[in-house]
Amino acid sequence: MDGALTGFRPASRGPDAQSSRRGVSRRRDEAPAPITSPRIRNAYPFSAIVGQEEMKRALMIAAVDPSIGGVLVFGDRGTGKSTAVRSLAALLPEMAIVAGCPYACDPASPSGGCAHCAVLAKGKKHERRMVPVPVVDLPLGTTEDRLAGALDIERALAEGVKAFEPGLLAAAHRGFLYIDEVNLLEDHLVDLLLDVAASGENVVEREGISLRHPARFVLIGSGNPEEGELRPQLLDRFGLSVEVATPKDLASRVEVVCRRDSYDRDPQGFLKHWSKDEAQIRDTVLAGRKRLGSVTLPLGTIEKAAELCMALGTDGLRGELTLVRAARALAALEGDLEVGPVHLRRMAPSALRHRLRRNPLDETVATTRVEKALEDVFGA
Amino acid sequence: MSGNSAPIAKQGQVDLAGEDAVAFQAAALMAIDPAGLSGAVLRGPADSRRDEWLDSLRNMLPRGAPWRRVPLGITDGRLLGGLDLVASLSTGRPIAQQGLLAESDGGIVILPMAERVEGETIAKITAVLDQAALRVAREGITFSQQVSLGVIALDEGATEEEHVAEALSDRLAFQISCAVFDPRQAPPTKTSRAEIMAARELLPRVCIPADLPEAFCAAALALGIESLRAPIFALRCARASAALAGRAEVTREDAALAARLVLAPRARQIPEAPADEEAPSPPQEQDSGQENSQRAEEQPSLEDLILAAAQASLPKGLLAGLGVAARQMARQAASSGRSGMMRRSARRGRPIGARPTAWRAGLRLALVETLRAAAPWQEYRRREKPHHAALVHIRREDVRIRRFKQHSETTTIFLVDASGSAALHRLAEAKGAVELLLSDCYVRRDRVAVIAFRGRGAEILLEPTHSLVRAKRSLAALPGGGGTPLAAGIAAGFAMAESSRKRGQTPVIVALTDGRANVTRDGMGGRAVAESEALDTARLFKAAGIATLLIDTAPRPQAFSRDLASAMGARYVPLPFADATRMSAAVREAARMPAPGS
Repeated sequence: MDGALTGFRPASRGPDAQSSRRGVSRRRDEAPAPITSPRIRNAYPFSAIVGQEEMKRALMIAAVDPSIGGVLVFGDRGTGKSTAVRSLAALLPEMAIVAGCPYACDPASPSGGCAHCAVLAKGKKHERRMVPVPVVDLPLGTTEDRLAGALDIERALAEGVKAFEPGLLAAAHRGFLYIDEVNLLEDHLVDLLLDVAASGENVVEREGISLRHPARFVLIGSGNPEEGELRPQLLDRFGLSVEVATPKDLASRVEVVCRRDSYDRDPQGFLKHWSKDEAQIRDTVLAGRKRLGSVTLPLGTIEKAAELCMALGTDGLRGELTLVRAARALAALEGDLEVGPVHLRRMAPSALRHRLRRNPLDETVATTRVEKALEDVFGA
Repeated sequence: MSGNSAPIAKQGQVDLAGEDAVAFQAAALMAIDPAGLSGAVLRGPADSRRDEWLDSLRNMLPRGAPWRRVPLGITDGRLLGGLDLVASLSTGRPIAQQGLLAESDGGIVILPMAERVEGETIAKITAVLDQAALRVAREGITFSQQVSLGVIALDEGATEEEHVAEALSDRLAFQISCAVFDPRQAPPTKTSRAEIMAARELLPRVCIPADLPEAFCAAALALGIESLRAPIFALRCARASAALAGRAEVTREDAALAARLVLAPRARQIPEAPADEEAPSPPQEQDSGQENSQRAEEQPSLEDLILAAAQASLPKGLLAGLGVAARQMARQAASSGRSGMMRRSARRGRPIGARPTAWRAGLRLALVETLRAAAPWQEYRRREKPHHAALVHIRREDVRIRRFKQHSETTTIFLVDASGSAALHRLAEAKGAVELLLSDCYVRRDRVAVIAFRGRGAEILLEPTHSLVRAKRSLAALPGGGGTPLAAGIAAGFAMAESSRKRGQTPVIVALTDGRANVTRDGMGGRAVAESEALDTARLFKAAGIATLLIDTAPRPQAFSRDLASAMGARYVPLPFADATRMSAAVREAARMPAPGS
């Protein structure tokens, strides 16, 4: 039966148009599917982005080690920020989930996942299934009920059953949550995100529903800092930050325009042309993940990192942790066996430039301060 | 009409009739590739000339293509999609409803009064333009759908300040000024639908010369256009133009047309004239019927041709406006382009959730939350009243209303007397007070602006900005000395306060002066005239009800300063031994106090 969405006309264009309708008439134990773009249309390939090496490297590092905490991309409009993040999804390998769990729990997790998993297992081992890592877009105009999840109205009205309908936070569990124009995000949504990101759990107490479910995800945000300040608490949630700008030299600009033009004319052909490079990047990320556990972290490096953070006066200890993890992920990506000062130096600007205690009147740009501190600590 | 009948502007000459035909050609190009060119900004008052253009576009689109107007105060539910109120209540199940953007897939969306559209609405529309898809997660529905549409933004701004948000205009290929439409000219020959359809068929096969992208990029750089979207749109425009002419190859005429339509309106600087600009000398080319091939030897390079075409079409008064543009670029402040938001009622603003309340007229129902609140009780209520016909039993306690957060941003405008009479150390203290306040403003997310007056007139040192670094930098550069043009300073402050108000912000003026006015509005000396002029101008503040604070920095407070303060309706704070801390405390107080009514 057509049921709830009787008034709704799906997309009428083209054979490749899809519209997936969620949120009503869904079985309770179906895993919520992520809202990803690349499967619907041909996303611009990651490897075809001209320049922006710092941003690409930061995204690859976030893919190698999710515990670093995500990437914040600052820059003007039209610099390829959103393109890069959306194309990241195509690079990620698949992950194992408990078959039938609505929250995509990890079968290898020691705590056994959520209440559903306990019910499903009934003392036996869980059944596994491989799914793509979710990269969930937070669309503009999202309301709180779709973010946190809420009462399933249809089941409540029709069947009188109180069922929880998971939201975007559940969909992003063990994956990525991408927020475009993060400085335009409404305050009450920011509060919710901060809370969930800090605790790793989404607690829902509304409309007669009371439950909690795991929600650990990597936040990726992009925005134009000129259009609004980000709260320091939100800034701190992001592991790495990157600044991007439109290329200034003619050759790069021409290259961007030419590539965009060929992509527009023939997306399939363009993707095919770049598929080898894409595969190469994917393999690099996969190899980096495998190597991550075996990269050693000498005490001397940790001390240098602490020295650097003290010189810069970063608040709290998250700066050091992030810097060290990022340096290790970089070493893993590049095939080095040990984390050394060179890795620290390369990751310090990304890891620390958004954590500096802000003196709003200080004219020195954050990146310059980091570089100066690097010189002091490591020598020229 | 087929082919480029508009004469290519010769170097240095501008043909107004050409501009008119070219603008109508833009409509044809839009009809050929609405998604690729993304749309146009039409700047000018609402009149028959603009309607002619819109009609010509509409008649060229395929029959039945969506053509929707976006009303100014549109809600998210209507724009993006949401629950259908009537259907949901009548059937008792949530019924989703497509939004306006989804309904316009494959067609055109018109934004009237585009300079007044809210930033959030602009952001949603630009998201759809960027991704060619609509992603929605609200009110119980989540979906994504491919949507390709074109946007026509009707910019009805009257002044330089009122313009469409740059976030939107950068994503639209054309920027057309309605002033070029000449009503005395017969409207150009219409292109038929069949010709447009034929051009659409041809479009995927059109090729460009290999050096064209570089030529466009170089020309864009020379014209000071930062955005990379401009050369991309120029390429698409050139292709559409070739398709319109029935050619599978882009020629120089197409490139020149693209330069006129796409690059010229975005130009921010006049490119330096190359030394051999005059090479094709007048004696050779007199009649317009000259074939291009005959001057093959003297043909300028593609890049020069594009630059010349763009230069010929540069917006009038670009030179005059360059000063403004330079300040705007230096400012880099995101202008929301939103003007005229004089009043905000309880029904507008940013939605921030729902709460239970007694229902009364004028409130907006939050449907989904209401249904959710009522849902758990249905079983019970049905049993209670089995004969009740309603499908969904809703009681008063279930009703949830939508709450809105109103903009309440404050813009603190500092009017600083930088004249010689305000002794140097006053100036330093004034700067110190402003700096202390800046950190407050950072927390409160207020904006700060600085106007200084000395010598002959007033100067805006800093437009309202959130950026504290820039604020400090502008203060550091503040020089001192000269006469005190008090009236000019007050007038400048008033103008800025009014424009802030128009943007929905609350202005607070802080004037730091010693009141020793001795320069009149005309820049002449004369204490008496200067003082009376200052008093007259000051009364504007009281009439407009703007919160003002007058800090008297004279070593011995004069009666005139008190008079000035009462004329302004301002709080008067004499600080002869002014120190920064006390000044900043006084300003904080002023920001909190209500507008003077007494």
